[in-house]
This record gives sequence, structure tokens and C-alpha cells, in this order.
Amino acid sequence: MTEPSPDGPDTGTGKPFREALVALLPHLRAFARGLCGQAERADDLVQEAVLRAWTSRDSFRPGSNFKAWVFTITRNNFLNELRRYRRETQLEDGVAETMLVTRADQEDALNLNDLQRALDKLPPERREALLLIGASGFSYEEAAQVCGVAVGTMKSRVARGRAQLNVLLEETAAV
Amino acid sequence: MPSRRDPQGNAGAGKSGKQGWADGLRKLYDGVVSEPLPDSFEDLLKRLDKEGND
Repeated sequence: MTEPSPDGPDTGTGKPFREALVALLPHLRAFARGLCGQAERADDLVQEAVLRAWTSRDSFRPGSNFKAWVFTITRNNFLNELRRYRRETQLEDGVAETMLVTRADQEDALNLNDLQRALDKLPPERREALLLIGASGFSYEEAAQVCGVAVGTMKSRVARGRAQLNVLLEETAAV
Repeated sequence: MPSRRDPQGNAGAGKSGKQGWADGLRKLYDGVVSEPLPDSFEDLLKRLDKEGND
């Protein structure tokens, strides 16, 4: 029987597990910020997800996609919080999502604020699709893996999210 | 071979609003990536060290 390595499983990144995890922190923060729209909440989500990834590191399959694995944990953490919030408040889905993504800070330039607000109005599955494909650098196949859906579904979510975002931005520009 | 991302896609054509969102999304994302880690993450890193040594 093989003893687990004290450094954790091979991440395939050329870095030990802990180092590879820490190297992803800036990207996880950016992904989580895009998902929930609030800096502090996003950081809390990331910290919980990273601890979860660390404590379950022996479940990572060497040779699989390390970045996708960690992003999946972060994404699931966000969705679990969303579901918990809905249960606790017994609000309709749309209301709960809107409350979760309300921005607490206004430090960004105005046009980026408009974009973030439009992004916040998208259903979570479209928002995460655009973030994974448009910003995080995942391929459609990798993003589909992160979200646990078929590649065709991911492509559809990106297309619909892109179209909806365009409409929202045009509405903003028309005001 | 995985297909690489195509954030602009058809949305890149035409109006500036359509052209801008993909760049804007990337700017939002990269802006957070380039931020220094908040102090709260120091505690996280210490916990990783501690739990890794347990």
C-alpha cells in the first residue's frame, strides 16, 4: 500500500500541492468576485474553498486538471451558499440572487461597474460560464467539467449569457 | 484538443457596447488578480501550514 505524500498528490503543475493551491488564490478571488459581486463575501468563499481543497487533497486524482478541480470546489461552495440563503430566507430565486450579488463597494471605474451590475443580473449558471470562458482562461471542455455539464450545455450557456449581457449593457447605455 | 475560449465571439462585431464587454470582463477579472492578497489570507496560509504539519 502506498503512503500518501506529505506534500499531497501530484498536481501536474510542477508545484507541490500547497504551493499550487496558493498560486491559484488570485484567480480564485477574481472568479468568486465575479460570481457573487462582493469583495468580502468572495474572499470568504475562497478561503472556505481552499481549506476544503486542502483537507480533501487526497481525493484529488493525479493527472487530472488541478485548476479545474479547485475552481469546481469554489463554484460548488458558492452554489451551496446560494441554496442555503434561499432556504433560510424562503425568498424566490431571483430575489435571493439579487441580494447575494448586491455590490458593497464602488471602487471600480463607472463602465466596469455597469458591466459588473449587468453580470450580476445574469442567472448564476450563465454568469459562471462567462467568467470561466471569458476571463479565467478555461476551454469549453474544462469549464464544462468545472460545472458538471456537457460541453454543448456550456456553449449554450455562454451564448445565452453573452446575448443577455449585450441586451443589459445596451439598456444601460440607452438610459 | 480542447477548443480555446472565444470571449468576443459574435459579440465582438458592431456596437462598442458589444465589443467592450469581453474586454471589460477580462479587466474586472485581471483587476482582482493583480490585487495584493488581503491580510485575512495570512491566517489561511498559516492554517494550511499548521494542518499540513499535523
